[in-house]
Amino acid sequence: MPESARAAILGRLRAAAGPALPLRDADLPDLPSKKWSFAERVSQLRRSMAAVRTEFLDATEEGWPRTVRDFLALQGAKRIAYGPSGPDGPALASAFHLGTPPELVPYDRPVEELKAALFADVDAGFTSTRSAIAETGTLVVWPSPAEPRLLSLVPPIHVALLRAATIRDTFAETLRVEGWALGMPANALLISGPSKTADIEQTLAYGVHGPKRLVVVLV
Amino acid sequence: MSAESPAPSAPDFHAASSKALRDPSIRANFRRAMDGLMSKRAAQFPDSVEWNTLRAIAASVRARSLAKLPELLEALEAKCVANGLKVHWASTTGEANAIVLGILRGHGATRLVKGKSMVSEEMHLNDFLAENGVESLETDLGEYIIQLDGETPSHIIMPAIHKNRQQIARLFGQKIRDAVYTEDVDALTATARRVLRQKFFEAEAGLSGVNFAVAETGTLCLVENEGNGRMSTHVPPVHIAVMGLEKVVERLEDVPPLLTVLTRSATGQPISTYFNMITAPRGPGEKDGPREIHLVILDNGRSRIFSDPELQVTLRCIRCGACMNHCPVYTRIGGHAYEAIYPGPIGMVLTPQTEGLARRHELPHASSLCHACAEICPVEIPITRLLVRLRKEAARPSPGSKVLGAGGGRSRLEDLAWAGWKAAHVSPLLYQAMTTLVRLASPLIPSKFGPMKAWTNVRSKPRPARRTLHDLAREKGVPDA
Repeated sequence: MPESARAAILGRLRAAAGPALPLRDADLPDLPSKKWSFAERVSQLRRSMAAVRTEFLDATEEGWPRTVRDFLALQGAKRIAYGPSGPDGPALASAFHLGTPPELVPYDRPVEELKAALFADVDAGFTSTRSAIAETGTLVVWPSPAEPRLLSLVPPIHVALLRAATIRDTFAETLRVEGWALGMPANALLISGPSKTADIEQTLAYGVHGPKRLVVVLV
Repeated sequence: MSAESPAPSAPDFHAASSKALRDPSIRANFRRAMDGLMSKRAAQFPDSVEWNTLRAIAASVRARSLAKLPELLEALEAKCVANGLKVHWASTTGEANAIVLGILRGHGATRLVKGKSMVSEEMHLNDFLAENGVESLETDLGEYIIQLDGETPSHIIMPAIHKNRQQIARLFGQKIRDAVYTEDVDALTATARRVLRQKFFEAEAGLSGVNFAVAETGTLCLVENEGNGRMSTHVPPVHIAVMGLEKVVERLEDVPPLLTVLTRSATGQPISTYFNMITAPRGPGEKDGPREIHLVILDNGRSRIFSDPELQVTLRCIRCGACMNHCPVYTRIGGHAYEAIYPGPIGMVLTPQTEGLARRHELPHASSLCHACAEICPVEIPITRLLVRLRKEAARPSPGSKVLGAGGGRSRLEDLAWAGWKAAHVSPLLYQAMTTLVRLASPLIPSKFGPMKAWTNVRSKPRPARRTLHDLAREKGVPDA
């Protein structure tokens, strides 16, 4: 049956006449492009993300692991999931010490073995970011074997490390310059704030299903 | 497999809309919501030059996608299969339901968590799965609210917009164990989070819709704010995506212009919280993500719409809902009065084509043709022109019309009235006789008489002038033509 449905659908589409309106790709303008300076990109990103309640921590390349640890300790977070073999995993781990809370939970096993802990006991998840988009205030996160998908979704706080030098102007530029079309990962994410909803009387409420807080550590 | 349920009797739009108009809570809830959505959208497009440029690009992306539709669907399928997805095709919603059920049965799955999907509403998937022993749970907060109350969405983006917080508070108090009555939106949201987290944790399968499917890379794109779409597509071992066959776009670079007009038009956001691009199931070494992804491509009348050169443009729609938000009719009667999956202006174009004009010929008339919908549409669908076309198809089908139920709205009385009108207007003698008759007889006709009632029930009876324009013109010395 599925094969016949496929043939029938494609047959019906092929039998159809062309559209009444001519295509006009040729004389189309380009997508309005934004070109900002480095400083403008950073402030545009901060402004857009702060408008949807994203928190920012300023840090240095040497000091960010301690900044993350101190911040999470202050928030009372006890267990922090991270990818130990992620690009920034080893550096993060260097700031944490066994026996001194908070404690790092390595996400290094299939989710089936870690799901209960992840849903019940983990207070924060740490990820790196691939780049960011100034125009919309957006983090670009590509989950990977080293930094699985759920790190940025299940824990109540998502801490993301962002290097200001990787901020780009627009999504279109990001796709083009980074050559996404040549090889998409299994999952690519644009994240522009903590989880939110306006389904009740259009009243904004944060933290509906995903993280209640998004904390960007800006280096 | 499953028998299509017999078509129920045609909905009565006049009755349903009159009832909605008399409901003060519907009037207030929609007025507030639509005013809010309109001003948020307007704030996103302060620069009309930018708006016109973006709109032209978005429209052309969709037009190009449709121009190459069969090729792009085949390319999408090939890419998806190469990426490890399983692709299914369904001509009807019955076939699509059977495919979904077959996948779930294959995994022994009885608990399904759902992200928001209007195509699954077309399929009446929740009811179908419930009849077959599968709990199909809506997890978008709005969809969850209306599923709890046994309702259908009243708006395609804000499905529970017809309810106010008091109504939702009562509902949660009654239907959710351990929930105490509260009108605090944060507390209500927290209650839903608590209940649904457990469901995400337990579910054996997740289902989502698709906002854009990219043929070039085989990527399924999902737009959402809550994270329930990510939960439904990342956590359970099986992910089923259902999409209308028009959702395909050619290239990855086609996505940014569509995404930006979609979120800005729909909710006035520069971008949604999450844009989830899914290309493959859990790969080697990956710790999470679904082990299987299925894509169900649904026709359900779309290929018929596609076959009409003028109506084909209906399929450009990216489901932003802006036409609803700006429609003076929708704002006053709300979404349920249309008794259709898709309400509002685009629904009045879509529904008669999928359900047939014989059943739904009233819908294209539920518009003053004020043109707000067509002006606001980010992909330039000429909604008002399509409404007029469907009105014509209902009364006098064009030769070789492929519109479902064409001619199904024809009325003897209307034909007769127009025949009389025409006769009177081509013969000066008849015209004069008619105006004289109307002038003399009008005071004698009761105000609520015959077909005139439809007008005079809510308006005063028109009173003909004592002297006709012809008389006045002649008096001024204007010569007869």
